[in-house]
Amino acid sequence: MTRRTLTLKSKRFREERQEVWKEMEHMLKRIETRSVRGLTDEEIIKLPRLYRSTLSSLSVARATSLDQSVVSYLESLSTRAYYVIYGSQQRLRDRIYNFFARDWPLAVQGAWKDVAASSFIFALGILIGFVLVSNNPDWFYSFMSEDMASGRTPAASEEYLRETIYGYDKDDGGLGAFTAFLFSNNSRVSILAFALGFAFALPTVVLLLYNGLAIGAFIAVFAGKDLGFEIGGWLSIHGSTELFAIALAGAGGMMIGRAVAFPGEMTRMESMRSKAEQAAIILGGVVVMMFVAGLLEGFGRQLIQSDFVRYGIGASMLTFWLLYFFLPRKALKS
Amino acid sequence: MSSAVGNLSPDQIKQGRRHLVTPEGVDLQIELADVGARIGAFAIDLGIIVATLFAAVFALGSMSLYSDELAFIIFVLIAFLLRSFYFTLFELGRRAATPGKMFLKIRVAARGKARLSAASVFARNALREIGFFLPIGFLFGIGSGGVDGWMSLLASIWAGIFLLFPLFNKDRLRVGDLVAGTWVVRAPRPMLAADLITTDQPETEAIFAKFAFTPAQIDAYGIKELHVLEDVLRAQDREVLRDVANRIRSKIGWTWEEGESDTYFLRAYYAALRGRLESKMLMGVRRKDKFDKA
Repeated sequence: MTRRTLTLKSKRFREERQEVWKEMEHMLKRIETRSVRGLTDEEIIKLPRLYRSTLSSLSVARATSLDQSVVSYLESLSTRAYYVIYGSQQRLRDRIYNFFARDWPLAVQGAWKDVAASSFIFALGILIGFVLVSNNPDWFYSFMSEDMASGRTPAASEEYLRETIYGYDKDDGGLGAFTAFLFSNNSRVSILAFALGFAFALPTVVLLLYNGLAIGAFIAVFAGKDLGFEIGGWLSIHGSTELFAIALAGAGGMMIGRAVAFPGEMTRMESMRSKAEQAAIILGGVVVMMFVAGLLEGFGRQLIQSDFVRYGIGASMLTFWLLYFFLPRKALKS
Repeated sequence: MSSAVGNLSPDQIKQGRRHLVTPEGVDLQIELADVGARIGAFAIDLGIIVATLFAAVFALGSMSLYSDELAFIIFVLIAFLLRSFYFTLFELGRRAATPGKMFLKIRVAARGKARLSAASVFARNALREIGFFLPIGFLFGIGSGGVDGWMSLLASIWAGIFLLFPLFNKDRLRVGDLVAGTWVVRAPRPMLAADLITTDQPETEAIFAKFAFTPAQIDAYGIKELHVLEDVLRAQDREVLRDVANRIRSKIGWTWEEGESDTYFLRAYYAALRGRLESKMLMGVRRKDKFDKA
């Protein structure tokens, strides 16, 4: 009787199969550290066979073996293999490439209505801010905090304002610091505009309007001192990218908001989920644009002092983004 | 009958086991990562980010750049990149895990399917941004500016909702997971431990052969006890081994003989019990525990 128990079926099963499991484990390790491309042709052919064999071992083990270590080992091995076999086969490099070549521009293209709406709202905000402050400079203080304006108020002198545009003066708290502040502020605004979208897009609209007002007010201060053309250059070199990015983030937020507000046949949650991915891709791109804007702002604007070059860069960036997003391109095959 | 393959008990579901049926029809029964592991992973990742930023400060400080401002701008950009892409890039990788997650053996997975899309990863991490970094930024930024207490309060409430969210839903989803259709699962990599009933050497077999249990003695326990015994045998704690051996002896009425080793007694009993329960299983009977009359 003792002899019988010592040759358990589950033990024999394990002895017969464990070479396959070891091989599977070894191959998984290689795939996870490098990629499927690191395997030879024979190994690639072998992979699905090993996987199926591991899966069947798991079924058999669950039904016949009471050795916990074998069952849990096979469970984790099968799960790992499952994610490798049925998961994404793309390498990180390809995924990044696909993002820029297809996913992102297509997501923006697909959301053109939202992009148009949010750009319109943003532009409207700028216009209102500009008109209000031009007519009555006191409005300025209700749109801009002291922090953000850092001295560029309607009360400032023309010389001072001119200096901030061609900022070589490093005594006034540093243009770099101000730039960094604006930069993080703007990326925060864009993320908020996106994130608050789920509340039926209302906070997004408010946020876009409010920030538009601030920018409009800001421009009006300079325009009031006959520096309108110059501030345009100062703003446009990076602003065409940065403001566009904010508008895109707003579009993402509005897209989610619309999905929640008008779910159609789906539940609100499902509807939101269905749009969330596209919106997230747009936001991922917004982060990239913010980075580009940060570079333009941090370096370009300090190094380039000519208004015309600044306008030129701003305009060409805008053209670039528009072409990049809205030129027709092939959708993902498959 | 075949509860081994298909079903999860309500208890198991509660403990975080979930069905995941492969196209081949095998239920993998994955396990959700527990909240502690996720917090730990996040803390590690945060530590790595902060350490990198410190390193960047030192590196930038030691390089004599054109001006301090330039260095500052570069620093801001580095911080921005790290904060935006650290999580996303790692989770897009093969192992779908940041270093913190890898360390704690968990990974991100799409809920109910295999393919974790890039968009999902973006979405879940964009919401990390508003769930964590943003409120923290508000708290510190506004605290230093000395402005609005209300704003800080709101930010804390906001952050609190996001932070505590995984505790209040059964799938332990973050808000980001909820939106992106992902969850975080355990990805353990256990070694295949040696079978406890190996009898490679003839001596061991001879020792095993000395233990002849009667069917009644073997039938004293069920699967649950068998698994506990397996854990005890693998842990190899002598105190526990002796204790368990004595309990089993008294339960089955086994008389201890001079020179009988607790380990060998337990291993022999384990082999006998497992053999008995497994042969029952082949007949379609799973004896859950010692109270099970099957």
